[in-house]
Amino acid sequence: MISERMINIILIGLLVIIPAWAYLADEPFTITLMTRAVIFALAAVGLNLALGVGGFVSFGHAAFFGLGGYVMGVLAWHAQSYTPFLEWPFLIEGTQSMPVIWVIAVILSALLALVIGVVSLKTTGVYFIMITLAFAQMMYYFSISWSAYGGEDGLSIYVRNSFPGLNTLDPIQFYSICFIILMAVLALMARLVKSPYGLALNAARQSPKRVEAVGLDLHQLQLLAFVISGAITGLAGALFADLNRFVSPNMFSWQLSGEFIVFIIIGGVGRLFGPVIGALVFVGLEHFLGEINDYWHIYLGLILLLIVLFSKTGVMGLLVKKEAHHG
Amino acid sequence: MADVVLATYGITKTFGSLVACDDVSINVRAGEIHAIIGPNGAGKSTLISQICGTLIPDQGRVELMGQDITALSGRARALAGLGRTFQISQLAMEDTVLQNVILGGVGATRRQWHFIQPILSHHDLREQAEAVLERVGLIDDRHRQTAILSHGQKRQLEVAIALMLKPKIFIMDEPMAGLGLEGSKQLTMLLDDLRHQAPILLVEHDMDAVFTLADHISVLDYGKVIASDDVDAIRNDPVVRDAYLGKDS
Repeated sequence: MISERMINIILIGLLVIIPAWAYLADEPFTITLMTRAVIFALAAVGLNLALGVGGFVSFGHAAFFGLGGYVMGVLAWHAQSYTPFLEWPFLIEGTQSMPVIWVIAVILSALLALVIGVVSLKTTGVYFIMITLAFAQMMYYFSISWSAYGGEDGLSIYVRNSFPGLNTLDPIQFYSICFIILMAVLALMARLVKSPYGLALNAARQSPKRVEAVGLDLHQLQLLAFVISGAITGLAGALFADLNRFVSPNMFSWQLSGEFIVFIIIGGVGRLFGPVIGALVFVGLEHFLGEINDYWHIYLGLILLLIVLFSKTGVMGLLVKKEAHHG
Repeated sequence: MADVVLATYGITKTFGSLVACDDVSINVRAGEIHAIIGPNGAGKSTLISQICGTLIPDQGRVELMGQDITALSGRARALAGLGRTFQISQLAMEDTVLQNVILGGVGATRRQWHFIQPILSHHDLREQAEAVLERVGLIDDRHRQTAILSHGQKRQLEVAIALMLKPKIFIMDEPMAGLGLEGSKQLTMLLDDLRHQAPILLVEHDMDAVFTLADHISVLDYGKVIASDDVDAIRNDPVVRDAYLGKDS
C-alpha cells in the first residue's frame, strides 16, 4: 500500500507530464481538457473545505463559481465594448487583466459567501443543503433575467484576458497559470488544516459540543470556512470563464453544484487531493465515454455507486491503507 | 463567603407543567468536591445545563467567583473558568488524543484565528498538553486515534481537555458512567488529586465514588434540594435515606 503523500506526488506528476506530453505531441485539445480538470479541481478544493473539513454540505457552490464567471464576463465585456461598467458616482472601467479580475472575483465571492453563510449556517443537515441550493437558484434565475449581460444566451468574450508577460491564448501557458494557482491553493489548504484554526474546524465537525465547551465559537469557525470556500470556488469560476471565453447562466446551475460534490466523493471527502482525483476522473470519463455514448452519465453513476459502496473515503481511501496517525 | 467559587441562587426551571429545578441554591467552595446526587429525573442534568449555559433559568442566577454569569453563553462561561466534562464523551474521534487535548488550549489562548503555523509547532500548547496527559495517565497513548481508546480512557481524556482550560471549577456530569471497577478506581484517584487545583461540582450515580470523594453533598429530589451537608450528615439523614439511598442501597 502507498501513502497518501505518495499519491499526491503522483497526481502532481500527472498534472505536469500529461500537458507536457500534449504540448510536445502538439495535442492542444488534451491541454484544454487538462485545464478544464484543473479548474474543476480548484472549484472542488474550495467546496471541500466546507463539505469535507467543515462538514456542512453546500449544494449551492455554483453560486460562487457563476459569480466568478460573471465577474470575468462582465468586466471583459465592458472592456471589449469600450463602455464603462459604472460612470457614477465614480468611473469603473471594464478590464481584461486577469489578476485584477481574479482579485475582484475572490472578493465578491467571499462577500456572497458571507451573506449566504450568515443565513444558512443557522441551519444544519438537509435544511442547510436546501438553503444553499435556493441561493444558487436565485443567482441562476437572476442571471437569466439580466438581459443587459446576455440573459439566457450569456456573454462571449472574443480575446482571452491578459496576464503580464504571458500569451494566455497559448493553451500551455494558460494551463500553467491554472496549474500554479491550484498548487498554491492546495499548499495553503495543507497549512490551513494543520493550523490551530484547522484543528478547531475539524473538531467542530466531529463534536460541536466539545468545541463550545473549550470556549470556541462554532458559528464563527464555520462561517469563515464557508467564506474561504466560496472565494476559492469563485476564483475557479473566473478561470473557467476565461478558458471558454464564455459565461452563461449554466455556470450557476444546480447540476454543477452537484458535480462539485461528486468530484469530492469520487476523490475522497476531506482529503486534500481528493477533488483533484475526482475532477480528473470526471473530465476523463466525460471525454472518453462521451465519445462513445451520449449517455455517459450512466457510467459515472455506476462508478459513483461502486465507490460509495466500497470506500467511505473515495478513490483515495481505496488506494491508501489506513495510516497510523502521527503527531 | 469569601471562598465560594461557584454559587447558584434560587434557580428555577420549568418545562411546561414539570418543575425540573425548584429554587435550587448551592455553593461550591475552594478545594472541595461537591457532589450532587438524586434519583433519575431529580433535575441534576437540568441544573448542570443551567450552570454551563446550555439552558437559561426561568428565575435565579449563577455566580462564578462573585460574578453573575447567568447571561453568558456556554462558550463565554468556558472562557470564564468552567471546565466541563460530558456524560456522553464529546471528543473529536478521528483526531489523535494529543490533538484533542491541544484543542482544549486553543480557545483558552484565543488561537483559533491562527492559520499558518501548524498546531503541533505551537510548543507551549503542546508541552502543556503533554503535561496534562502525563497527569491523567494517557501520555503513552497521545498519538493514538481517539476512537480506538477504551471507554475509561475516553473519560480520562475528557478530564484532560478540561484541565487545559485551567478552569476555576470543574463541572463533571457522571464521569464514572459506564466505567468498570478498575476504571472508576483510577478516575476516583485522579479526581481526588484534582480538587487541590480547582473545586469539582460532581454529578454522579456511583455512590462508592461519591462517598469516597465528596466533601459536601447536595441531594436533589423532584427538582428541590432536600439536603445539603457534609458526607457523614448526608449518610445518616433520614429524609435522604427515604428519598434516595433507601431505595438504591
